[in-house]
Amino acid sequence: MLDYSILSLIIWVPIVTGVIVLALGASDNSAAGKWTALIGSLVGLLLVIPIWVFFDTTEPLMQFEESALWIETLNINYHLGIDGISFLLVFLNCLTTFVVILASWEFVAEKICQYFASFLILSGLVNGAFCALDAILFYVFFEATLIPMFVIIGVWGGYNRVYAALKFFLYTLTGSLLTLVALIFLYRESNGSFSLLEYHNLRLPIFQQVLIFGAFFAAFAVKIPIWPVHTWLPDAHVEAPTGGSVVLAAVLLKLGAYGFLRLSLPILPDASQMLAPVMIFLALTSIVYIGFIAFVQPDIKKLIAYSSVAHMGFVTLGIFIFNVNGLMGAIIQLISHGFVSGALFLCIGVLYDRMHTREIADYGGVVNKMPIFASFFMLFAMANAGLPGTSGFVGEFLVLLGAINANFWFGFAAGSTLIIGAAYTLWMYKRVVFGEIANAKVAGLVDINSREFLVLFLAATFIIWMGVYPASFTQFLHVTVDQLLSHVSISKL
Amino acid sequence: MNMTKILLIAIPIAPFLGGCISGIFGNMIGRKASHRITILFVLISTILSGLVMSSVIEGESHNISIYLWSLSGDISFEIGFLVDSLSSTMMLVVSFVSLMVHIYTIGYMAEDPGYQRFFCYISLFTFAMLVLVMSNNFLQLFFGWEAVGVISYLLIGFWHNKPSAIDANLKAFLVNRVGDLGFLLGIGLILAYCGTLDFKGVFEMAPEISNQNLVLLNNLEWSVLTVICLLLFVGAMGKSAQVPLHVWLPDSMEGPTPISALIHAATMVTAGIFMVARMSPLFELSEAALSFVIIIGAITALFTGLLGIVQNDIKRVVAYSTLSQLGYMTVALGASAYSIAIFHLVTHAFFKALLFLAAGSVIIGMHHKQDMNSMGGVRKYMPVTWATTLIGSLALIGFPFFSGFYSKESIIEHVYRSEILGSNFAYFSVLVGVFITSLYTFRMYFLVFEGKERFGAKKHIPSSAELQNGSKKPHESSMVVLLPLILLAIPSIFLGAVLIEPMLYGDFFEDVIFVSPAHQNTFNSPNAFGGWYEMGVHGFMTLPFLLAISGIVVAWVFYIKFPRLAVIFKKITHPIVILLEEKYYFDRFNSWFFVKGAKKLGLGFWKIGDVFLIDNLLVNGVARSARFFALILRKIQTGMIYHYALMMVLGLTMLLSIWVFGVV
Repeated sequence: MLDYSILSLIIWVPIVTGVIVLALGASDNSAAGKWTALIGSLVGLLLVIPIWVFFDTTEPLMQFEESALWIETLNINYHLGIDGISFLLVFLNCLTTFVVILASWEFVAEKICQYFASFLILSGLVNGAFCALDAILFYVFFEATLIPMFVIIGVWGGYNRVYAALKFFLYTLTGSLLTLVALIFLYRESNGSFSLLEYHNLRLPIFQQVLIFGAFFAAFAVKIPIWPVHTWLPDAHVEAPTGGSVVLAAVLLKLGAYGFLRLSLPILPDASQMLAPVMIFLALTSIVYIGFIAFVQPDIKKLIAYSSVAHMGFVTLGIFIFNVNGLMGAIIQLISHGFVSGALFLCIGVLYDRMHTREIADYGGVVNKMPIFASFFMLFAMANAGLPGTSGFVGEFLVLLGAINANFWFGFAAGSTLIIGAAYTLWMYKRVVFGEIANAKVAGLVDINSREFLVLFLAATFIIWMGVYPASFTQFLHVTVDQLLSHVSISKL
Repeated sequence: MNMTKILLIAIPIAPFLGGCISGIFGNMIGRKASHRITILFVLISTILSGLVMSSVIEGESHNISIYLWSLSGDISFEIGFLVDSLSSTMMLVVSFVSLMVHIYTIGYMAEDPGYQRFFCYISLFTFAMLVLVMSNNFLQLFFGWEAVGVISYLLIGFWHNKPSAIDANLKAFLVNRVGDLGFLLGIGLILAYCGTLDFKGVFEMAPEISNQNLVLLNNLEWSVLTVICLLLFVGAMGKSAQVPLHVWLPDSMEGPTPISALIHAATMVTAGIFMVARMSPLFELSEAALSFVIIIGAITALFTGLLGIVQNDIKRVVAYSTLSQLGYMTVALGASAYSIAIFHLVTHAFFKALLFLAAGSVIIGMHHKQDMNSMGGVRKYMPVTWATTLIGSLALIGFPFFSGFYSKESIIEHVYRSEILGSNFAYFSVLVGVFITSLYTFRMYFLVFEGKERFGAKKHIPSSAELQNGSKKPHESSMVVLLPLILLAIPSIFLGAVLIEPMLYGDFFEDVIFVSPAHQNTFNSPNAFGGWYEMGVHGFMTLPFLLAISGIVVAWVFYIKFPRLAVIFKKITHPIVILLEEKYYFDRFNSWFFVKGAKKLGLGFWKIGDVFLIDNLLVNGVARSARFFALILRKIQTGMIYHYALMMVLGLTMLLSIWVFGVV
């Protein structure tokens, strides 16, 4: 175990770097700002290594804990700690931030330093949300992530960015205000504690559990997002700049699932059990219904956004079938979805930078001009379709195994994504990449440069690594998943 | 790590390395180096497979674990190899045919700009197929299963500027995915009931779960094992192209011919057959599943064969014959004759790869024309291709002493004695199928090699390639093309005679393929088998031989002796011909029901569900009503302290909503 405050570092290094980058950007010193941002994000990523090395995979309790009094009168603590779930998410977040900054290096818009700073600050805040063990601390980080994302979409977004940014902001804010109410209620019930770990042992009558579950649901379901509260996501994605989309899909959506895992399940086991059928129904609807919608999207980015919703449906499904495979699969799917959807949005960014259109109809025959890009894109498309050997398979496979164990028809409904997912992904790929060169704009395309190659290569590496040898990721989860399942199985009435 | 383990790992890894080198560094190292490296690595695989085979013949078998893929609870998912007589047979077939195809490709793809990419794909395919047949657990089996599917997808769409090719590959992938869904659900049920995915563990558990039931619909109880077997077989139906999931295979002919031989005839499409044979300990415990298998096989054998008669594209004839022969194998599986199915798989792999490669040779010789109506009399221009095609055709129709004879005759005999539900229909199918097979095979043979030369027809406008060549006449292919033909022709003649005794009447598949005692009485006893020679001689006096000969005669009468008779006959049977030309309307139905239906459904969900109901009514409706109520609330604003909390929320909502709609 490390004595250094490694979790604080991983939260504050990106934030402080972000502030420095902001300061540098003000004096029009963009090269220095850009490099500072890149180095900051790299340091953030490197900080994961000591955690990876010193993480004890047999320890059921929180690790790398830090605690300090923050607001004494309300008993709010600066309490950090991670288990397997948070660690993998922190890792995903740090990796994504580094990749995004690298990928946005030549982003032509103005205020590049402010753009990078937003990502750095966002990264620190997200790490904070994943590491926080104090309810208020969690809430603050959780809410604060909205601000940089709001700015990213609202300032650097597309034509309809203000509508999308506000829709994103309002949708998610409404939900999370209810969560605050629920947390304050829990503070009262627990006689003045905001410790999430103490809440795990708190006895609550079923009526209260259901109400709190509803409040949490309002915040987390919107974040994931689950049908029918998903409609903000396609709009946000379409208007967001490439980097924004990547972070949104790869990291921010995970906050919702994380909320269910860290708060709803262990604090409200009885309500979770009771409402599981509803959640499973919503998850399956997300998978099937959204799959069909993705199939007919004329806009590549919207298609991938909808596909994101469908894939996150697997996460919800896995969480609420309460068995080892399901839960393990859900968490792996969280990470994998980060890699895969992130990579797909990066690919769309590569195309958009060159063509300035996202309409599938404007493309065709891209492979003739960009064969290297097409190969990467094919890999990511296949990962999105859940091909074994890529990370996309692992999570879905485990969730399916869990679902079939729970009820054959859950497995059947979820499994339909094998066909639908492949259909919308590969049909899109066919229309964009294959065929004769569609028009003069496509004819003028040039293949990816070495920086873009590096970015896509990084994503590809992790996607294949996780697909071929998932044990290196699942090793962090065994104890955590067991712990979580035992929490859910013990009634707290 | 011991020596055997390293050798076994090397078998699939060698072509993988070759494929990666050719794919990543192909442009750097050039064409020659690419094909040399990939061929060398596949050769290594072939030699090692041969070594493994010889050790397996001596009675060795290996079940080794390579690495732990993942742990989940107390279930460990491992990657490992099971090498026994079944898998080593497949390994040898796969690597040998692959080697032939690699060599052939040098000639066939010589002028293609995607030369290195092609070698990369076929080497990677060899890797994936080897992983599939060598797996000792369902997870890895599924990995190989999907990996061969993806490479097949990439290869069918190899000429990605050709619209028909990229339609065909998407179709192939999606139809296969329908099968894969069944397969995956089957795997899920196996894990749920057996608690492991290792073949060995599952087979040990199988008798235990055979009397458990599963409630699926309306309290209807199903035997778990039947459900599992049916689901697994749905997977096999996709990969091995059984009706109604057969629709992708004929279209896959859009790909280059070498892969039609390798993937869509010899190896990948037989993965389903292999899998069911591997799962014999499960299938043997479910009569219902076996009946389903035999009926689907019989339908496929008979009805897809009929389609072969009306095809004019030389490759499509061979493709439909592949479908029909896969049906034969499936029938054998359903009749519990797993060893015979594998036997037919092996002989078929060689003669069908031969027929495809020969068809490819004809296509090169005819300057990339595939329509048999503009061929004829090619025999004298392409003697080697002619001779090898004839050998392949005779093997295909089951002419005595050729390899196909032994396997097909065994299937027919066996089905005759089988007592499983559906075996009567299957017997009828395989018998009529013999006539049909020989009819379409020799129709193709006569149209291409015999009769009048039709390639100089008046209407013909010479293409640029022909003008460059300076002649319209067909020409014999180069040696790299002919060598594989010759090397495949040899086993197409002799392999049946050599293998029948050890495979069907020896103990080669003992402990690997399981046949329940109830189904064993249908097998010929080893004593009744008088050797390959006697069987061959006897073959001249059987009903199937008569049928095969009549097929050849009918084809000769219609297409050589009285060609006008074919035209008249076609007119008389017009409705049937239309039905066949429309391929029983499967494609039309699928594109109407599934493709259009999915689009309609998607649009409906999107426009009505998402855009209208959720966004317009709910989301923006909330924003609108928030604004409305906010306007009222403003009037009753008292400024009292206890309103603060409420006002904060509402005020924020209001302010932001106003921004959204741009109303001040």
